[in-house]
Amino acid sequence: MIKSYKLRRNISNAIIYVILTILCLIWIMPLVWLIMTSFSGEGVVYSTNIIPSSWTLDNYIKLFTEVDPSKVNYPRWFLNTFIVACFSCVISTLSVLMVSYTFSRLRFKSRKKIINIGFILGMFPGFLTMVAIYYLLKIMGLTQNIVGLIVVYSAGAGLGFAISKGFFDTVPRALDEAATIDGATRNQIFWKIILPMSKPIVVYTILTSFTGPWADFIFAKLLLVDQVDQYTIAIGLWRMVDKNYINDYFHQFCAGSVIVAVPITALFLKMQKYYVEGVTGGAVKG
Amino acid sequence: MNFIEYVQLNPFQKFWYKLKMFFVNLPKNLGKFFKFIGMKIAAFFIGIGHAFKFYGTSFVKGDWSTKISYAIMGFGIMVKGQIIKGIVFLAVEVAYFAFMIGFAWNYLSKFLSLGGVIAPASIDPVYGTKIPEKTDDSMIIMLYSVLAIIVTILFIFLYIVNIRVNVALEERRKNGEHINTLGEDIKTLLDERYHVTLLSLPTLLICTFTVLPLIFMILIAFTNFDRDHSMGGLFDWIGFQNFADVFVSNPKKAATFQTLVGWTLCWAVIATISCYIVGVIIALMINKKGIKCKSLFRTMFVMTVAVPQFVTLLLMAQMLNDDGFFNVLLRHMGVLGEMDYIKFLTDPWIAKITVLVVNLWIGVPYTILSASGILMNIPEELYESARIDGAGPVVTFGKITLPYMLFVMTPALIQQFIGNINNFNVIYFLTGGGPTDPFLYNAGNTDLLVTWLFNLTTSYNDYSLAATIGILVFIFCATLSLITFNMTRSSKDEEAFS
Repeated sequence: MIKSYKLRRNISNAIIYVILTILCLIWIMPLVWLIMTSFSGEGVVYSTNIIPSSWTLDNYIKLFTEVDPSKVNYPRWFLNTFIVACFSCVISTLSVLMVSYTFSRLRFKSRKKIINIGFILGMFPGFLTMVAIYYLLKIMGLTQNIVGLIVVYSAGAGLGFAISKGFFDTVPRALDEAATIDGATRNQIFWKIILPMSKPIVVYTILTSFTGPWADFIFAKLLLVDQVDQYTIAIGLWRMVDKNYINDYFHQFCAGSVIVAVPITALFLKMQKYYVEGVTGGAVKG
Repeated sequence: MNFIEYVQLNPFQKFWYKLKMFFVNLPKNLGKFFKFIGMKIAAFFIGIGHAFKFYGTSFVKGDWSTKISYAIMGFGIMVKGQIIKGIVFLAVEVAYFAFMIGFAWNYLSKFLSLGGVIAPASIDPVYGTKIPEKTDDSMIIMLYSVLAIIVTILFIFLYIVNIRVNVALEERRKNGEHINTLGEDIKTLLDERYHVTLLSLPTLLICTFTVLPLIFMILIAFTNFDRDHSMGGLFDWIGFQNFADVFVSNPKKAATFQTLVGWTLCWAVIATISCYIVGVIIALMINKKGIKCKSLFRTMFVMTVAVPQFVTLLLMAQMLNDDGFFNVLLRHMGVLGEMDYIKFLTDPWIAKITVLVVNLWIGVPYTILSASGILMNIPEELYESARIDGAGPVVTFGKITLPYMLFVMTPALIQQFIGNINNFNVIYFLTGGGPTDPFLYNAGNTDLLVTWLFNLTTSYNDYSLAATIGILVFIFCATLSLITFNMTRSSKDEEAFS
């Protein structure tokens, strides 16, 4: 009886292994193909071979050496995105942490009302107002350059306070009280007690706000219409597979994608743990 | 149903019961809601009345410096010892009037008409060339007027603060209490009033780049700002015309709107449910007891989430091309002839299926991620007691795992549903909304409302229509989220742990 139970379990496990492996292959295949194509030495876009017939590093080298400022300028795009990501990361992280600490720890008049207003505003997908944002930035002279992008990415960040507020709520209040008795001001409590204790959520906030600008397309496209040297990676790569460019640049597009994807993937895998905590942390436990 | 009966239900049934009761109580609650709003409005006016009474009596009873403060802000504060604070208030007043008279009034006075023709078209007397007519820029008028209104509200607020500070200081002086120096005032900003310090910068940023555009966009929806009224030109208020157009009066726009709403909802429902089911099944398989290399499998799936979406989607678009990877693969396998191809992205119906399938590829890993976390959280005792009672794997799945997952993940599911309604990336990068349909107003067969909005803004300059759609989408999404938010009430027990 026990033996047959074991056998049945082994068979069902074996089936699951097979299914999982097949599914994994399906999910990974496009990425593998991307990497293969980035090393492909074939000159044509739509090859008739599934696996490239010749291999080369040229696509990567060309990406950084053959720069044409009016058409494709990958190193510049990469630098732009990096600058935008750094600045908006600092501003967004600070405002998210400040707002969520205030809402979680400090008690003041009409706090609940302000939280609810923040919550409703936060549900609003920012890009629905893109017409208005575009004109606002145009009047400020911030369109067509990356400063405007930094502003757009980081300005509304404070509204994403929900996850970190949830985290701060779980840090025991007794700590604050003890510190207050010892004479600490709220400013000191924030920087010296709560922040060091909330490392996971700080890391999570930093990583999400850093990776955000690498993936955003909408605002970059809206604000940087034709300033090729101000482009970020996202619109740059989108431009490379445009009808007019794809024949010359397809393989470089693949190489460029790999270069962006590797660091972002590494960061993401690192914050996977925090991501799971973040996603499920807000849900109600049954 | 009384309380005892309610407690005996399982979480899943409790959820449905709540949902049912929500709709049963809807009329009653709506009545309550409007009564509540009415009372709030009444309270608001009564509050204003009280405020006027308060400032009136303060004016009559206050000393001479307080009285002067009603006209010259900060004067009383300076006299009473807080010189720098007083100067700041005075500077605010001067700056406000300089701003309004020297700059903003110019625009605010034209707000109702949105400007007019400054100089009619004429012919240059010297060269005989045509000079086009010169008009106001309605956009600028609107923007600066909104700015002026916001600045005015802020100014009124500061004016009130000025009086309050004055009255408080006078009180303190009368009672012989200590009056804070500037240094002490700054110190309170780091302690008792720390929330002011922390919130001021984020609030300023949010007001400028979230609230201001929002007001601005709502205003645009009531104008006729479109490609006939290009940038820097003149446009007018047209009331609810845009909303009427979208629903009834303009047949082509109305038809497009209906078609797109239908497809958007259809897409959101199918995309959410399919991702959820497939994701949960895979998560269950990965988390099954006795399966090894759990984290390896999970990482493999998560890889696709990690790569920026535009990369994977642009890549997919290339692979699905008429001569792309998939068609080549099918030709190699002999499914298709040498020259045949499947129109993955260019046939209306196949394109719809393609975007749904690709979305599955994009979305399932997210579900796996969050579902794994929840599966690990299900208390092991539940399964043990079920096994002791003789339940098999199918029964435990149907009676424990599924209800538990559904219960915990419902808010996340509804959020995902909203996310899918606004799922710009998948559609825009794969098909760009195409294949274009001549019967639709500047839209294609796979266009969602948001991609339509994006194209209307960036390619067709139909700004007012885009703003109208934006408002409608927002109202829909906000209602949904508020309902979810109220059902879960996670905001209620925010102090459960502290």
